[in-house]
Amino acid sequence: MFNNIQEFYNMLPMIIIGAGILVSIVIEMYSRKSEELIAWFSVFIFIAAAIYSLLTVNSTSIILQGMLATGGNVNILYFIFNFGAAIVTLLSLDYIKKYGTYYGEYYILLQSSVLGMMFMAGAKDLFMIFLGLELMSICFYALAGINRKRLNANEASLKYFLLGAFATGFVVYGIALIFGTAQTTSIDLIVAKFQELSGNLLFIAGILLFVIGFSFKIAAFPFHMWVPDVYQGSATTIAGLFSTGGKAAAFSALIVTVGAIFSSTIGNLFEPYLIVISVFSMLIGSIVAIAQEDIKRMLAYSSISHAGYMIIGFAAGNSEGLAGIIFYLAAYTFMNLGAFGIIALIEGKDETNLSIKSYAGLSHRNPLLAALLSVFMFSLAGIPPFAGFFGKYYIFIAAIKAELTWLAILGVVSSAISVYFYLRIVVLMYFKDAEFEISLEKSNTGLFAVIVSALLVIALGVAPGSVINLISSFF
Amino acid sequence: MHIQIEYYLILSAFMFIVGVVGVLTRRNAIVVFMSIELMLNSANLTMVAFSSYLGNAVGQLFVFFVMAVAAAEAAVGLAIIIALFRNKLTINIDELNILKW
Repeated sequence: MFNNIQEFYNMLPMIIIGAGILVSIVIEMYSRKSEELIAWFSVFIFIAAAIYSLLTVNSTSIILQGMLATGGNVNILYFIFNFGAAIVTLLSLDYIKKYGTYYGEYYILLQSSVLGMMFMAGAKDLFMIFLGLELMSICFYALAGINRKRLNANEASLKYFLLGAFATGFVVYGIALIFGTAQTTSIDLIVAKFQELSGNLLFIAGILLFVIGFSFKIAAFPFHMWVPDVYQGSATTIAGLFSTGGKAAAFSALIVTVGAIFSSTIGNLFEPYLIVISVFSMLIGSIVAIAQEDIKRMLAYSSISHAGYMIIGFAAGNSEGLAGIIFYLAAYTFMNLGAFGIIALIEGKDETNLSIKSYAGLSHRNPLLAALLSVFMFSLAGIPPFAGFFGKYYIFIAAIKAELTWLAILGVVSSAISVYFYLRIVVLMYFKDAEFEISLEKSNTGLFAVIVSALLVIALGVAPGSVINLISSFF
Repeated sequence: MHIQIEYYLILSAFMFIVGVVGVLTRRNAIVVFMSIELMLNSANLTMVAFSSYLGNAVGQLFVFFVMAVAAAEAAVGLAIIIALFRNKLTINIDELNILKW
């Protein structure tokens, strides 16, 4: 299976997670306190895989007969997925008790979906992208409806499942057409042949179908309608995972395919299409979010507009744009997971306390949570000392270098609109009195996870240069 | 008798369009799911046709993966539909309106 021992070491993050899934299944079968045990075991394997991939970031190679790439940005993405999943697990420890899904399989599905994300990020072949995508998505469909007694969750998971499978149909048909015209599924060979194929209508149709299918997974414009419903209906911690890990994985698959093709050719064939989806995603997300009263729906629309900003990086089509997308994904993962984590801490039994009004006067009742949520809201709005600002900054710089200044200006306008609804939460917390009392349940692990993500958001905002230099050095 | 590749491609494109139209117009969750399966099978037909036309076995291999994944997806999907039916006694997607659609 492995040509030499080095291949084994390079693949170790995946092996850790894959073996962890098998061990977790055994724990689930034989242990009485499996829920607690599997949770801590998941945290352990996620952290181990995250740290290992960060330590081996320089050992770039292509392994398994050209199926997977390791090292470089792939490992940075592995770190994002695994560290994000560890934060989600820590948040879930107390949350799933009050949500009523205190099952061990929750964590096993979480681990499997992370394995799928890792396959997508490292893929060098359309096979791997398809398998990773489906491994991740099928686990997500099950996770969305993990509480089968709640009608909200049933509805969210059915919508997610039907639209997700619909999008998969597009991806598979796109891959079929690409295979037929390029005569291979290896991404490197397709990129090498791109010049002679760019006149072939079937090939172009294949790539277009592929991108359309993926715009569902990244929650961008033509396929964004499911996002608010699914986020609102599923468990808060899981919604956090959908909006960060799921989105980051789909973006990384687009980076290895679309990004590779665009950076290798002179003309960016799909630039008009990408510009259209990014403009509509940004504006629809920012404007509709203003009208939302449910905080999870508000963050769902904000997630649509963040997808729009990231697509600007693809439209720019240069290596600065791709590096900017990866930095943005890191920043977005930690700030959004932190925001969802605080929602999960404040949420009461039976999905109460989810309206924006429940945050009024939070600074008097719990100053620490209010301060942390302000950090995440400022970062999501893109206000300078935090990570979110630099994510947008690098993307807009790349757009200006690609002579898309007007698109960058539109992005700035859209993020100025979005400041309104992010800061509304901050104003409610600090300058309004509570209309009704809410009782907070204590969760030490959850609080710890939120503090860790806040520290990462601040760290990425204080020293963005070294991170972006590391990412750019691999392009 | 040798059938040209164009016929296969036209047939599979037709199947794909029937699937898309089915997803967009039908209201029963099971029928929508069947339309999605039709889309996946049209992709499989394209793969097999190209594979035999090009003499490249990769396409046929891919079909096996797609079939396995479609089976896994069907298992999860039907479970979700049953869970919904137990709570709501309907699987008409127009009546799923607790969350604003």
